[in-house]
Amino acid sequence: MERKLIVTSSPHIRSNEATDKTMRDVVIALIPATLAGMYYFGFQTLIVVLLSVAAAMATEAIIQNMRKQPITVMDYSAALTGLLLALNMPPEIPYWMPVVGSIFAIAIVKQAFGGLGHNFINPALAARVFLIASWPVEMTTWKFPVDAVTEATPLALIKGSGVLPESVSIFNLFIGKVGGCIGEVSALALIIGGIYLVYRGVISPRIPLVYMGTVAVFTLIYSGFNFNFMMFHLLAGGLVLGAIFMATDYVSSPMTAKGQIIYAVGCGLITVMIRLFGGYPEGVSFSILFMNVVTPLIDKYVKSNVFGGVKK
Amino acid sequence: MNLLSFRGGIHPPHSKSMTEHLPVEKALEPETVVIPLQQHIGAPCQAIVEVGEKVKVGQKIGEAGGFVSAPVHSSVSGTVKKIEKRMIINGTGTCVVIESDGLNEIHESVVPKGDVETLEPKEILDIINEAGIVGMGGAGFPTRVKLSPPPDKKIDVLIVNGAECEPYLTADHRLMLETPEDVVYGLRAVMKVLGLEKAYIAIENNKMDAVLSVKEAAKEYPGIQVVTVKTKYPQGGEKQLIYACSQREVPSGALPMDAGAVVSNVATMSAISKAIRTGMPLIERICTVTGDGIVEPKNIMIKNGTRISEIVAQAGGYKGDPGKLILGGPMMGFAQFTDNLPSTKTTSGVLVFTEEQARLPEYNPCIRCGKCVDICPSFVQPFAISAYSLNGMFDMAEKYNAMDCIECGSCSFICPSKRPLLHSIRMAKREIISKRRKTK
Repeated sequence: MERKLIVTSSPHIRSNEATDKTMRDVVIALIPATLAGMYYFGFQTLIVVLLSVAAAMATEAIIQNMRKQPITVMDYSAALTGLLLALNMPPEIPYWMPVVGSIFAIAIVKQAFGGLGHNFINPALAARVFLIASWPVEMTTWKFPVDAVTEATPLALIKGSGVLPESVSIFNLFIGKVGGCIGEVSALALIIGGIYLVYRGVISPRIPLVYMGTVAVFTLIYSGFNFNFMMFHLLAGGLVLGAIFMATDYVSSPMTAKGQIIYAVGCGLITVMIRLFGGYPEGVSFSILFMNVVTPLIDKYVKSNVFGGVKK
Repeated sequence: MNLLSFRGGIHPPHSKSMTEHLPVEKALEPETVVIPLQQHIGAPCQAIVEVGEKVKVGQKIGEAGGFVSAPVHSSVSGTVKKIEKRMIINGTGTCVVIESDGLNEIHESVVPKGDVETLEPKEILDIINEAGIVGMGGAGFPTRVKLSPPPDKKIDVLIVNGAECEPYLTADHRLMLETPEDVVYGLRAVMKVLGLEKAYIAIENNKMDAVLSVKEAAKEYPGIQVVTVKTKYPQGGEKQLIYACSQREVPSGALPMDAGAVVSNVATMSAISKAIRTGMPLIERICTVTGDGIVEPKNIMIKNGTRISEIVAQAGGYKGDPGKLILGGPMMGFAQFTDNLPSTKTTSGVLVFTEEQARLPEYNPCIRCGKCVDICPSFVQPFAISAYSLNGMFDMAEKYNAMDCIECGSCSFICPSKRPLLHSIRMAKREIISKRRKTK
């Protein structure tokens, strides 16, 4: 036989899983939340989303071109960062801000550290915190969906008074009829996306459930078992968005099951701390970013026990 | 039904439908056989025939070269033409080339050895040894050695591996369907050797017909329990099977016997049965010739030493240009650069991929998705070992339990970035072993 045979070491077959398919699934899972944002806040949210996504993809392409690397903007990872950032912005944000945010996310947080797989924190979240720190007024001016007046978000209301705002019902919080960022308002839409991700095997429900569970337990204890208070904290602000779509980011979260539980509990604790005792009304972005930084440490010290390693 | 299983593992496509319903065919008589003197893990055999000598079927032509070794026998009658180094599956080795006279005269030593009921354990062990029986699942560990544990290791779990978890392969499946009584007979012999009253035959639940047929064959022997295990790769891995059947973990760095267990393949049982009942040593086996690069996939009974190209020809030859030729299954088999190689006692499959299937995808950066960690049946962290290995940090790879890797390839299979995880882990294992040798 004179034909050339390919020789490699085993295994000789590969699964259908692929990085771009995984990223595409996350984008698909975010569609309900994006649509909910558009429904409640109007057409300009679409422009914010498109600007953010386009800026993220363009930045990635330009930098990869400059670094003479293969251009991988079609792998959905930059698009996903742009989309996540847009969903983490107030609906009436000036149009230049998503662009600045996306450039920061891709250029500084992702590409400066080596591109896909090498960012140590979530690029979209880092960009959001960067925007909050730089332009706090623009980042905290909210639009209320029903009567289109500017008003504080539910979490900001409770922050000032310490009591549950009467204007906000748990049901409205659940479906998204409240003020807040474009993508975070409808817990329902986010949970639909989350179920899709679990069904597709993209994420395990471990991090979201432990994260939200930790917040639930501590707000329940803090309020002396006020169930409404707990539900309010679960559904208001960016917790559902953060727990399902941000904290589960592969690159910046731990790899082992045990590590993920520690990480998720950490996220939950810090969120509750900031919300109840800190200076900001909401703490999801900060808590996830902080735990992102702790991730390498968790991965270093929390290893799975090797098969046959413990028991005799 | 409560299916036994282990933690971790993957579900590759079975790809068994091409051959699972095809009865085993007898291969055409080879005109020449090339019999390697090493067909097992351990020391090579010494040739005990000379060029020009006449040999018969079942005649011993290579004497075991050490404790961990197994003799080899001629699979045809004819004349020894050459004894020389030839290409074999993993490199080169001395082979005995025999030209067949087509008569298939049986050697005088091939006579029934008795019956399981009357033979002493020591006698059965000698029969197994003389018949050159090795593990036919893939690794080729001499069976006599496996069945002779040191006196301080008490064996109380015996498992016959009929899982056949490798995709594409159906040789064991057909064996269990067509000659289940051989499997049971061989198992009874092994139970006697080890002094055990109980044994398991483990079969994956994608072969329920085999489960039924083996159950039927074993129904008179209450000590033999046919268990259905979950269809999952690597269910046939020794450590995984022991865990599935007995919930015992083989300690890290140790052998199954350290957990009181012995695992052996169904085809090995069948070979033991033949050696006792007919006296015929291990000179042939069932081989699945399959894949999209084969015209007419088949299960064939092939004689030891048949050229792979002849085996392929009997399955209709290559369909188009073959891209990859694998001996064994797609997960752990060995890719070959030529089909001018002899088959051995462990050639369970000849798998041919088309050029398109043969190409491995380009790999991308690790996105730390953790899938390799989730599915690793050894519970190590493939991504970490691989990263350290690729950076030359083999001490760290060792710290991350690289040596516990069973090389099943599940991590490489599942990786969405198509990273060469197992390849790099193998590299780390080699470096660690060579370092350990140096420091000894």
